[in-house]
Amino acid sequence: MDSVTKRYPDGTVAVDRLSLEIPDRSITVLVGPSGCGKTTTLRMINRMVEPSEGTILLDGEDLQQQPVTTLRRSMGYVIQNAGLFQHRTILDNIATVPRMIGWGKQKSRERAAELMARVGLDASLAKRYPYQLSGGQQQRVGVARALAADPPVLLMDEPFSAVDPVVRKGLQDELLRIQDELGKTIVFVTHDIDEAIKLGTMVAVMRTGGRLAQFAPPAELLSAPADDFVEDFLGADRGIRRLSFFSSAALETTTGPVVRADATAEQLAAADGAPHLLVTDADDRPLGWAEPGDLAAGDLAGARLLSHGRPFVPGADSLRAALDCAVLSPTGWAVAVDGEGRVTGVVSQQTIGEAIRSAHGAAGPAETRAEEPADGTKVAP
Amino acid sequence: MNVLHFVNAFFSDSAHWHGYDGIPARLLEHVQYTLLALGLAAAVGLPAGLLTGHTGRGGNAVAFVATAARALPSFGLLVLIAVAVGIGLLPVMIPLVVLAVPPILVTTYEAVRSVDPSPVDAARGLGMHERGILFRVELPVALPLILSGLRSAAIQVVSTATIAAYVSLGGLGRYIIDGLYQRDFEKVVGGATLVALMALVTLAVFWAAGRLAVSPGVRRR
Repeated sequence: MDSVTKRYPDGTVAVDRLSLEIPDRSITVLVGPSGCGKTTTLRMINRMVEPSEGTILLDGEDLQQQPVTTLRRSMGYVIQNAGLFQHRTILDNIATVPRMIGWGKQKSRERAAELMARVGLDASLAKRYPYQLSGGQQQRVGVARALAADPPVLLMDEPFSAVDPVVRKGLQDELLRIQDELGKTIVFVTHDIDEAIKLGTMVAVMRTGGRLAQFAPPAELLSAPADDFVEDFLGADRGIRRLSFFSSAALETTTGPVVRADATAEQLAAADGAPHLLVTDADDRPLGWAEPGDLAAGDLAGARLLSHGRPFVPGADSLRAALDCAVLSPTGWAVAVDGEGRVTGVVSQQTIGEAIRSAHGAAGPAETRAEEPADGTKVAP
Repeated sequence: MNVLHFVNAFFSDSAHWHGYDGIPARLLEHVQYTLLALGLAAAVGLPAGLLTGHTGRGGNAVAFVATAARALPSFGLLVLIAVAVGIGLLPVMIPLVVLAVPPILVTTYEAVRSVDPSPVDAARGLGMHERGILFRVELPVALPLILSGLRSAAIQVVSTATIAAYVSLGGLGRYIIDGLYQRDFEKVVGGATLVALMALVTLAVFWAAGRLAVSPGVRRR
């Protein structure tokens, strides 16, 4: 998009000289408060809205070069509330675009059935009508309908904002999974910054008046917001959220305070000195935390145990997940487990804190916002 | 002597079942007038309603035409045109069409206007032509309301087609007008009963049409 402006006849400027390069085969999220022009921007890509100034190129070709229906059929379009055709069955809803571009009825329906499976819809829903489906299921149908003719581009306008948070999370995970499989060029509009950070390969933050505030990968957005507006929009806990982008692999865990339920007196004595002991069963699965004084050798499982909380998997989970485990743990220690749920060690909040500090340091000056030294004095060149 | 007695006497008189003034012949004439008037009114009202409803333009014109047409008295119009052009089918059809157009035009316009905009937006975004959007997205959803407009038009035409008898044409109005003239109340009540029955049959026909033509996804059962 090159310096694109949309001005309405009454003088309102919805999008103001927006230039944006949307990368191929990845998810670009347009995010911003209501009235920032994000939906208008999206709708200019399939020419539901025509720009007043500027040009939009797709693979180097001006969008104005081809007939508008041809253009739209090469782009999937998903909207809030799905916008399903209530008089058509689910299968026929999904088959809409294949039928439009002249596939046979049989082939279109086969393709639709294939897509139902892809978006996680049970085949038994094929003959149902939209009103018989939940909001989340309807939205899946909307995504399947958009993907039906296998368009290279997918435009999504707040597709998940009308469903409840649990269903929304499921749909987001599903979208990321589908994207892994299909590698579409997706432009996704949302007002939810968490959704933007979760889904976006690149995130464009827009401000009221249709101006671009920042265009960056989510990690960079969190570590180096371009200005006060972006920082404000990201919310008060952006530091915590940024931890989502750091791996917990480097955390140094210790097995010192870990004892098995059938531990002998000597093993107990060896672990002595730790304020809390994590008791595990014979398969190393965590049972709970105990005070050393409460324990009698031979039958640790019988002692009064505190919940061990949710464990994390080093490497697979982020530093944010590890910190969350430690914060929620009654002892302040997070339990690390392997993929099978066997305890590999424990780690304290303090150790996690050190890991956070070193992770931020390693992220380098490119990601730190303030270039001046911490004491505020200028260093002479 | 009560109404039921008249009804019984009328329908049991075998003379009323034969010939050019028999019930089958008059009924057929009445159905023909009704269908012709309704067909003409639909040919005017449906396209105009669909087009204005789809584009959203011309809503004021629709309201104006409908109000003006409703203000015209059918009987007055009949006499006026009969005087102007002479006796025939035309002076009958014009008031009936004028009567039937407003309910068809206004409900069709409103029906298309009230279709949920999001499927329309989705269809447009997926590259459907405007004609496709109107006929494959808006019309199927607006159909129940459009049918209800046609139904009220049909009922009004069925009962008003009796005025055809005033200008020497046939139809069930013949019984009512001749009966009044001849002080034959048996005939008057019989004719009125037939008109009422035809209105009920019209209701049944539209109910069946709705069952057949409206998608279960729109009917929601």
